[in-house]
Amino acid sequence: MPDHITLTTPLSDQDVENLKIGDKVLLNGIIYTGRDAAHKRLIDLINQGKELPIDIKGQIIYYVGPAPAKPGQVIGSAGPTTSYRMDPYAPSLMKLGMKGMIGKGNRAPEIVEAMKKYKTVYFGATGGAGALIAKTIKKSEIVAYEDLGPEAIRRLEVENFPVVVVNDTLGGDLYVEGARKYRKE
Amino acid sequence: MREVSTDEIIKVIRDLCMDANYNLGEDVLAAFDRGIKEDESPVAAEILEELKENARIAREEQVPICQDCGLAVLFIELGQEVHVTGGNFREAVDEGVRQGYADGYLRKSACHPFTRKNTGDNTPAVLYVDIVPGDKIKITIATKGGGSENMSRVTVMAPAMGIKGVKDFVVKRMEEAGSNPCPPTIVGVGVGGTFERSSFLAKKALLREIGKRNSDPELAEIEKEVLERINKLGIGPMGYGGNTTCFDVFFEVEPCHIASLPVAVNVQCHASRHKEAVI
Repeated sequence: MPDHITLTTPLSDQDVENLKIGDKVLLNGIIYTGRDAAHKRLIDLINQGKELPIDIKGQIIYYVGPAPAKPGQVIGSAGPTTSYRMDPYAPSLMKLGMKGMIGKGNRAPEIVEAMKKYKTVYFGATGGAGALIAKTIKKSEIVAYEDLGPEAIRRLEVENFPVVVVNDTLGGDLYVEGARKYRKE
Repeated sequence: MREVSTDEIIKVIRDLCMDANYNLGEDVLAAFDRGIKEDESPVAAEILEELKENARIAREEQVPICQDCGLAVLFIELGQEVHVTGGNFREAVDEGVRQGYADGYLRKSACHPFTRKNTGDNTPAVLYVDIVPGDKIKITIATKGGGSENMSRVTVMAPAMGIKGVKDFVVKRMEEAGSNPCPPTIVGVGVGGTFERSSFLAKKALLREIGKRNSDPELAEIEKEVLERINKLGIGPMGYGGNTTCFDVFFEVEPCHIASLPVAVNVQCHASRHKEAVI
């Protein structure tokens, strides 16, 4: 068995159902960025019955606010931000067909439940490895909310972007299982 | 009196902002290596290898270790024999931060707490000034990320809770923080003083080098015990499981009111960025 699973977005239900906690995945294709302020705006649009600035179906949102690009760089350092802050917004996006989220840190139990219901997975990227992760981002373009600066929504083209499955569509949780395995009394 | 110009202060702070964000300390790099060697979890070792590689890229390419380049927290020891010339000291500190974050392509993360509007230049800096003997200015910068700061807590216990209460509070906090603050963490614990002083002590404790124990032997033992208890939680690097949950625990303790036992826990992610310079 290969060490990594390689996936290209957009993802299907079957793609995500095959993933299990602890799987190492290399993502390719398009992913969108979004964190606190952008999520608030997206959900406001959904609540008003308006169209979103991105087609979320089958897509992945990466919780990140990158550093500015130095001359010659595609993007500045771009590691994940803590995900629980997006918990209040995530289920509405799952309902619209979002298939994955990338971040770091625990999700609330109701989000893990929603992932089961809507067949969405939560990927962990290595927090604090922003310089390394930026190397896998080949293109970056702002597609909405430029006024939000680092919080704008960007369309990223990625090649072998490394993530680990933290929550799968069966309700599994790598954080719970991992700590259980290595805990000492 | 020795004269020091605000221009010099600006320049030093500007350079410190970049130095802190690009060049991870040797103590953290050594801690990565220890974890790679000693952690029982193969995944933990892989994560720590990634962090090592990330630090190498940041240093070689002079780019931020982490996209969260933090709020700029400055501890300045101002010698009482120094006369600051050429402008306003506080404004010079902010100008140094402004220039460092702009020229260094560092992310600006300061915003209004309610409107969330970004101030655009990562100011104001969080500034602590201490007047000390001598004619030097010692400037220490800690660029503090939000994810780990969010996991920090302060409480004022009843004195009856005692040292056991303090230790339990720290361990429980780190268990609850789990994977959120980007473990392996460094934990600063401030005990005593007043409500706000304990938080200050906790933050200042984070400036200590990993592995360096408190000069008070009793506190040194407490640090070791709490560190061991946190590492037994099994959280591991990034929370994926392992024995390397925390690199170190630092206590700073001061006398407090007879009615109080203030305790603050300031959590630091593995990207522990702090640098100092003396003018």
